[in-house]
Amino acid sequence: MYAYDELDRTLINERVEEFRDQVKRRLSGELTEDEFKMLRLQNGVYLQLHAYMFRIAIPYGTLSSKQLRRLAHVARRYDRGYGHFTTRQNIQFNWIKLAELPDALADLAEVGIHAMQTSGNNTRNVTSDQWAGVAPGEIEDPRIWSELLRQYTTLHPEFSFLPRKFKFAITASAHDRAAIKIHDIGLRLHRNAQGETGFEVLVGGGLGRTPFIGKTIKPFVHGRDILSYVEAILRVYNQYGRRDNIYKARIKILVHELGIDKFAAEVEDEWLAMRDSALTLDDAVIEEIRSRFSYPSYENLPHMPEELKKAAHDPLFERWRKNSVFTHKIQGYAIVTLSLKPVGGPPGDATAEQMDALADLADKYSFGEIRVGHEQNLALPHVAKRGLPALWKALDKIRLATPNVNLVSDIIACPGLDYCSLANARSIPIAQELTRRFANHDTAELIGRLHINISGCINACGHHHVGHIGILGVEKNGEEFYQITIGGRADENAELGVLIGPAVPYGEVADVVEDIVEAYLALRERPDELFVDTVKRLGVGPFRERVYATR
Amino acid sequence: MPLVKNGMIATDALIHVPDGAELPGDGAVLVSAARFLENPEALLQRAGKTGVIWPNNRDVDDLVPFLDRLAVVALVFPTFRDGRAYSQARLLRERHGYDGELRATGQVLRDQFVFMLRAGFDAFEVKKESDAGAFALTSKRYSVFYQPTGDGRLTALHRRMQQRHSESAGQ
Repeated sequence: MYAYDELDRTLINERVEEFRDQVKRRLSGELTEDEFKMLRLQNGVYLQLHAYMFRIAIPYGTLSSKQLRRLAHVARRYDRGYGHFTTRQNIQFNWIKLAELPDALADLAEVGIHAMQTSGNNTRNVTSDQWAGVAPGEIEDPRIWSELLRQYTTLHPEFSFLPRKFKFAITASAHDRAAIKIHDIGLRLHRNAQGETGFEVLVGGGLGRTPFIGKTIKPFVHGRDILSYVEAILRVYNQYGRRDNIYKARIKILVHELGIDKFAAEVEDEWLAMRDSALTLDDAVIEEIRSRFSYPSYENLPHMPEELKKAAHDPLFERWRKNSVFTHKIQGYAIVTLSLKPVGGPPGDATAEQMDALADLADKYSFGEIRVGHEQNLALPHVAKRGLPALWKALDKIRLATPNVNLVSDIIACPGLDYCSLANARSIPIAQELTRRFANHDTAELIGRLHINISGCINACGHHHVGHIGILGVEKNGEEFYQITIGGRADENAELGVLIGPAVPYGEVADVVEDIVEAYLALRERPDELFVDTVKRLGVGPFRERVYATR
Repeated sequence: MPLVKNGMIATDALIHVPDGAELPGDGAVLVSAARFLENPEALLQRAGKTGVIWPNNRDVDDLVPFLDRLAVVALVFPTFRDGRAYSQARLLRERHGYDGELRATGQVLRDQFVFMLRAGFDAFEVKKESDAGAFALTSKRYSVFYQPTGDGRLTALHRRMQQRHSESAGQ
């Protein structure tokens, strides 16, 4: 965990007071809604269908138990008792009252949580691997760099009014859990031939109306230069990104229109003019940030404790362990993923009671730490394996032990038309229906890893383009229709899914997905050929035939 | 539209001269970039001071040869959502060493003052009277800054390093 110092605390308190003044001016009529709109967006406040929605940052997906309890408090006191974890390591509350927002922010600021730049045309919450610092084989903990970037991007005086929103993601593992290739800037930590730490920098990835996979702009930028290099990219974008058309304003369009080589040359020119500036990070500065991350004092524990051997006789425990427990870099410890996708539930939602109970479990079993992943699940990152059986029982009681992690019912979905004023169609009921269809665990396990992503409109908050099966809600003559893509993925081999055919009506979506899955089961070469690999081998043809033969 | 300069409401010493209108014989003037670039020498040789309104979609490089003879550069925020002039301001101050008045014009609200000061602006044509009146208060709203810019404010990283040094020196 990163511990805020007095400076960090002062800054977020100052931000709360500024926002309090902005809300006061809006309520008194001194600010028009148009003027207030950009100001509230800078602080994560959207106007949704029914109420204001409040989005809070969970930088690089790390939460302390104390912070999680405070989120529960906000859910209970200012909202309707639950929150929604998003695909960008944020949490959203859907029923907040404008007049109470400053107080909610002040409560959160006490535990070092803020909502700065969780919306608006600025640099958004910096996201990272939810297994940062505990994944085996990591280059180093990417959260050090994420925190440096969080500070650098927070209230940036030059880049708070960009042409459009701007998202960073960082990974330090060969397997990318942070989806860096679909971000405006993706950073992959690696070492050069001299053993120095730096970044492969990708630029111009993003989904939405015009999806692109990010392109490598520079294969290696030394760690000490990363802020100046990022500043060069942002400066070129701020000046030349399109502002005439909101749909063409993201950096991906600028990169696409100029071409990556020309864009890279512009950035290089800018960078060379300012790389030796106050932005250069010397070792002492990096060390200073590193020193404020605390790590658990791990014990020397056996790989296979007695408690685990004993529990292996319980098939339900074993089912959960095989599905939700992952290898930790320290022997005797495990990473536990907590599915927020119970059968019939809205993906990513957690109640205040669940949050409080989980905070207690984190204290007992995970050194007080919780992680949030872009798949809209949570994780306990440092669980001693001997505690797994007891933890499982406790998680099951609060409905956080659904053993469907990475399976077909582990669905990513945006809030859709149930909440969102941008949506064309509902997402949540589609997800709920699919979890019911695939509720049988043995079937789900037989199918294997399969990611379904659902967005209720073209803005793609549910990342449908990179779902193994992507579902996009559209509106046709006042009715909800859904376009289905297959073969997308968001990892290190990121690809955009391919449309299988004409959109289908709301009532047929679950049937179509079942058809696709059945086709896959019949077509796969062997049981461990994943859905996405079968699609890659065969293309969409056989799936299209299966789906449309009878429609 | 009130002008805030050096932290206080001030009277504008410059006369805005629209394109096509005749220049006064002497006295300070503010003209458009297009008019200025038509004949910069003629303007700069006048008795009065010269200021230029520079649009936010034109490279500031074109202005660089004249910077040391300009009294005012006015950058434009057509709406406060359009942040191009922040980059122009930093480039003028930090890369090209411009040290005359740097004025923010257009939709300038109190909520931008800190960003603008940090980017190098020192004069503000503020849209609302109430915001101009609130300048002193709002411009001091923040005491912690994460990014280094040319404004000389110490960054959080810098202050932490100083703190470390003073702590270790005291041991």
